[in-house]
Order: sequence, then structure tokens, then C-alpha cells
Amino acid sequence: MSGADRPIVRVEGLVRNYQLGEVTVHALRGVDLTVYPGEFIAIMGASGSGKSTFMNLVGCLDRPTRGRYLLDGEDVSGLEGDRLAAIRNRKIGFVFQGFNLLPRTTALENVELPLLYGGVGASERHRRSLECLRAVGLAGREHHQPTQLSGGQQQRVAIARALVNNPALVMADEPTGNLDSRTSLEVMDLLQDLNSRGMTIVLVTHEPDISRFASRIVRFRDGRVAEDAAHDPLSAHQVLLAMPPESDDDTAT
Amino acid sequence: MDTLVLVRVAARSLAQRKLRSFLAALGLVVGVASVVTMVSAGQAAKAQVSRQIEGLGTNLLLVTPGAVVGSGVRSGAGGKLNLSLTDVEAIRGDCPSAAVACPTVRASVPLAYANRNWSAMIQGCSPEYLQIRSWSLASGAPFGAEAVRSASKVCLLGQAVAERLFPDEDAVGKSVRIRKLIFRVLGVLEEKGQSASGQDQDDIVLAPFTTVQRAIRGVTYIDSILVSAVAPDRIEAAREEIQAVLRRRHKLASGGPDDFTVRSQSELGEMANQAASIMTLLLGGIASVSLLVGGIGIMNIMLVTVTERTREIGVRMAVGARGRDIMLQFLAEAVTICLLGGLPGAALGWLGAAGVASSFGWPMVLEAKSFALALGFSTATGVFFGIYPAWRASRLDPVEALRYE
Ligand SMILES: Nc1ncnc2c1ncn2[C@@H]1O[C@H](COP(=O)(O)OP(=O)(O)O)[C@@H](O)[C@H]1O
Ligand SMILES: [Mg+2]
Repeated sequence: MSGADRPIVRVEGLVRNYQLGEVTVHALRGVDLTVYPGEFIAIMGASGSGKSTFMNLVGCLDRPTRGRYLLDGEDVSGLEGDRLAAIRNRKIGFVFQGFNLLPRTTALENVELPLLYGGVGASERHRRSLECLRAVGLAGREHHQPTQLSGGQQQRVAIARALVNNPALVMADEPTGNLDSRTSLEVMDLLQDLNSRGMTIVLVTHEPDISRFASRIVRFRDGRVAEDAAHDPLSAHQVLLAMPPESDDDTAT
Repeated sequence: MDTLVLVRVAARSLAQRKLRSFLAALGLVVGVASVVTMVSAGQAAKAQVSRQIEGLGTNLLLVTPGAVVGSGVRSGAGGKLNLSLTDVEAIRGDCPSAAVACPTVRASVPLAYANRNWSAMIQGCSPEYLQIRSWSLASGAPFGAEAVRSASKVCLLGQAVAERLFPDEDAVGKSVRIRKLIFRVLGVLEEKGQSASGQDQDDIVLAPFTTVQRAIRGVTYIDSILVSAVAPDRIEAAREEIQAVLRRRHKLASGGPDDFTVRSQSELGEMANQAASIMTLLLGGIASVSLLVGGIGIMNIMLVTVTERTREIGVRMAVGARGRDIMLQFLAEAVTICLLGGLPGAALGWLGAAGVASSFGWPMVLEAKSFALALGFSTATGVFFGIYPAWRASRLDPVEALRYE
């Protein structure tokens, strides 16, 4: 948490309103937040507090109604669709609750997807994707399709896909929401491992069990940041070791 | 994304929905097959028309009085009725490239036999006329040189005339009344059908030109001279010889304009060809309705596909696909379906056209052009009907798309 570094994310007065006919929904009412390189932030808050809206804005999937957003020093708050797509491609990796892998497409090809749109040549694409799959512990599963993989393995493929472009920031919206507790721990272990190697991670969760692995916790309430505090992270690896071994371990083999 | 990747992505996505892609492609098979059938059949019909025209004698030249100036308007036509039998004889004698020359004099006349009446064109000619037109008789015998010399009142009836006046008896040997005169029917011509220009060639009466000149028209000149060249490649030579002979005979100053016109049958053939082209276009137009229906099927499938794959589109956008990447992906898919249907459709269509042609006895030519046409049609259909669904896909909002269930 080197405060002297240039921030990866800097948002000021971020407002996002949704217009539902006559009614204006104030999803974000002015959020200021700065994320430094190497942070592992958990965004928490009740359902409807604006977590996903905030994630979509920081992930450049959406544009704010008002406010400023500097990503890696570049003002992206006014950019149009195709420019945002290019920025997502270069700077952001997404991990979703529902994995969002392309069906009937191999793990390798799923991981290659960002490189495909980034215009990376075939052999380079292959090499980097294989490397990322190995890094998430899926060596040997390159040619499996999503239906041939367990939930935890699918999420690992998604994490590999998020990493393959060397992004400045990995955004994970409830990445453990569809996983059982043991698999959740394994995914958190993997994310902590990546973070320890310098990857900046912003994770959305409503589960305190998950947020305890983050190094900073930001609490949203009613479209605003209600609490923002550093946190001493628990090691997911340690928790896993303390767990009784399970016969039905989907990451074995 | 490069084209190869695009095609691979499209092919895989189609392979994942085999039955549906097959059914959508089937619509294109039918559409392209019918277009290719119609267009190829039209081309075969055209080839048949030119073959018929050649059969009628591309060697044919027609000499008419009066000159044709640049715009095709005849100058000095009205007064100058200056072709005569001696002109015909000069052509016969002095044009080595002309095989046969025949004078013609025409009139439209009322005909009567018993209580039946009809009206038709009477064509005054010499015995060579049948040879020049390659017409033959269904029954009876032609008139000879003697009948011409003596201006006999004899005639040959076209099929249509014979059927009108002699619906249930043999015309040969009977006497018909033409104007106030009695003509003996020597023979009946074989049925010939319409000419290339659409005239009923069976609605005609042939008689010695001398008879038509004196007894019917009361003139000494002739309307036109029909000449056949000794060979197709001698047509131009024959034209020049005829021009030289007639200019000499008409005592035209050198450098001045002709006072007659020589036209070849191939000039008329071109007109017929044009008509056949229009027919081809028309048939193709009708057939493209089924291509349109096939195209609408493609559009429908693509719209369903885009909706079903909203989440996939969201994922692609999240990892950096731009609007045009998504657009190209779905366009490539639509075009791929169209080509998958279009190529077998073209083959089927060609078989269909070959069937039509063989049942009519038309010549069938396998043209690479028609396959290129089918390919072009398929691609164009894919692009035309795929563009809207692809555009819809490209315009999806990534957040909405990712949330889509
Ligand atoms: N597309 C939308 N249209 C209208 N309202 C929306 C839309 N997305 C989110 N909202 C509203 O904005 C508020 C914040 O939503 P969200 O960011 O999804 O919260 P969270 O992820 O914390 O549950 C909620 O009241 C939600 O109903
Ligand atoms: Mg949410």
C-alpha cells in the first residue's frame, strides 16, 4: 500500500442515475475513491447499495452521469463505446459471479478471447494463454469445455482470462457467489496469490466471510461510501489448510 | 480480428446449432436454386433463339428503297420507290457473294373461301423465296418460274390462313378469292410459329410477285429484295457488292448517299436477343422472390441467435470487442449460412435448368458466370439480411448484455 504510487483508479464525485420513465433512480450519489497499485479491495454493502453500478463504471462497461474517473492516469469518463472497449481490453480483467465463459468453447480459447480482440497473433496468443492457465492451476485442462469443468475450475479459467492481457486492474463481482465454501476459499487463495505478486484487485461481495481476505474494505450505503478502512487480511491458504480434507475435491488431479 | 478467425468463429457457432443452420440454409438452397434455374433456363432460351435465327439464315440480307441516315430515320422514303426487277437481276448476275436474290412485293388483302373470310399479308415473291427462308411445304407443290413469268393467279397458304379458310378440308387444289380475283391454292406451308420479332409467320400467303404487282398493287416497282449470301462470312462482301451494283445501276454520283438500304438478318437477330435478355431478367426477378423469402428466414434466425447469445455478446464486449467486431462476427455468420445454402443451391439450380432445357430441346451451356452469380447472390443475401441483426448485436449495452438471463 504505497501511497506514493500513482493511483490505478481515481474517481471523484461519481454519480450514476438511471431513468425509469418518470422516476430517476440514484444508484450512485457521489463517490470518491482512490485505488493504489497492489491493493486488494473488497466492496461491501447491502443489496441495492450501488456496488455493481460502481463496478460497471470502474470497469469501463458504463459511463457516469456525472463525475470524473481517471484510470491509470487517463481520464476515461467521457469516452465513447469503442474507446472504452479498447481500454477494457488493455487495462481491465473481469471475473463474474456466473463465470461467463463462452459455451462449447475450450478453456484455452476462452482465455485467448481478450488477445483475439487485442490483435495479438496466433502463436503469441497461444503461448500467453497456456501460461495463464498453468498459473491458475489448470495445466492439462486446456482443451476442456466449460461443461467438462467444475464450477471452481470454470472460475479459474475466467481468472486466467482476466489475467491474460496483463491488466492494470482485476474486477471481480461476487466471484464466489456460485461456489461452495471450500471452492470459494480456493478461488480466494488464488486471488490472494495473484495480489501478492502485485495484481490490483477490486472485489465486490456481500459476504463478510469473503471480505476478510481483502486488505481494504469499502462499505457502500445508499449510493455513497459509508466506510473505508484498511484491514489485516486473513490468509485463505491458512484457512484451507485448517479445513478437514474433502473427498469430493474438484481441483484434485 | 482477422478474416480467418472470423470465419472460424462463425463456422463453429453454426456447427453448435446444426439443425437450425441447416434449415436456414435450406431456404437459401431453394432461393438460389430457383434463381439459377430461371436465369440459366433464360440463357438457354436465348441460345435457342439465336440458333433459330441462324437456322433462318444469318446469311440473309434485305435491300429496301431509301437510305437510312445516322439516327435510323429513313430519308426520302416516301417518293423513292426505285427498286426494280432489273436490280434483282443485276444482283443475281454481278454479285458473286450473293447466292440467291428474290424480289418481294407485299399487300394486305381480304381472303375468302366459301362463306369464310380472313385477311392476311400476301407476299409476292419468286420461287427462290422458300429456299432463302428455308421454308418448306406441308402439302402441295410450289409455283415455278413459269408462274412468275405469266403472272399466274396461284398461291401458297400459310398454316394459319389454311386453318382459317379450310378448317376441315384440304386446301390444295381449291380456289380462294383474294380481293376480287380467284387464286388457285398450289400448296400449304409448314407451320413456323412466331418470328423473332413476334410476327405470326403462318398468317401469310405467297404468290408470284408479278401477280401481286399487276393484279393487286398495280405497280411496276418492287418493295424489297431478299438476298442470301453464299456463306455467313460473306455477308459483308455481299453487302458491298450489292451496294456497288445498285449504285452503278441507279447512277449515283460517287461520294453521294445511297438511295437504298442493305440490312443483315443479324441486325434483326440482335433485337431478338435483347427480347430474350429481358425475359431472362423477368424470370430471374420472379425467382428472386423465393430468394427473398430465404433471406427473411436468415434474418429471423439471426435475430433469434443474437437474442439467445446476448450474454456471449456481453462477455465479448467486456473483454474488449468493439461494436464492429461484434457486427462482423454476426455478419460473417449470416454470410456463411447463405454460402452453405447457396453453393448446393447453385448446383441444384443448374441441374433444374439442364432439365428444363433438355425437355424443350434447348442448348444448355454451363457458365462459370452463373456460379459466380449464385455466389454473389448468396453473399449479398447474407449481408443484406444479416446486417440488421448484426447491427442490433453491435449496439447492445455491455452491462445489460452481461446481466441478460
Ligand atoms: N439498469 C438499471 N436501471 C434502473 N435501475 C437500476 C439499474 N441498475 C441498477 N439499478 C438500481 O440502482 C441501485 C443500485 O443497484 P446495484 O448497483 O445493482 O446495487 P448492488 O450491486 O449493490 O446490489 C438499485 O436501486 C437498483 O435497483
Ligand atoms: Mg450487485
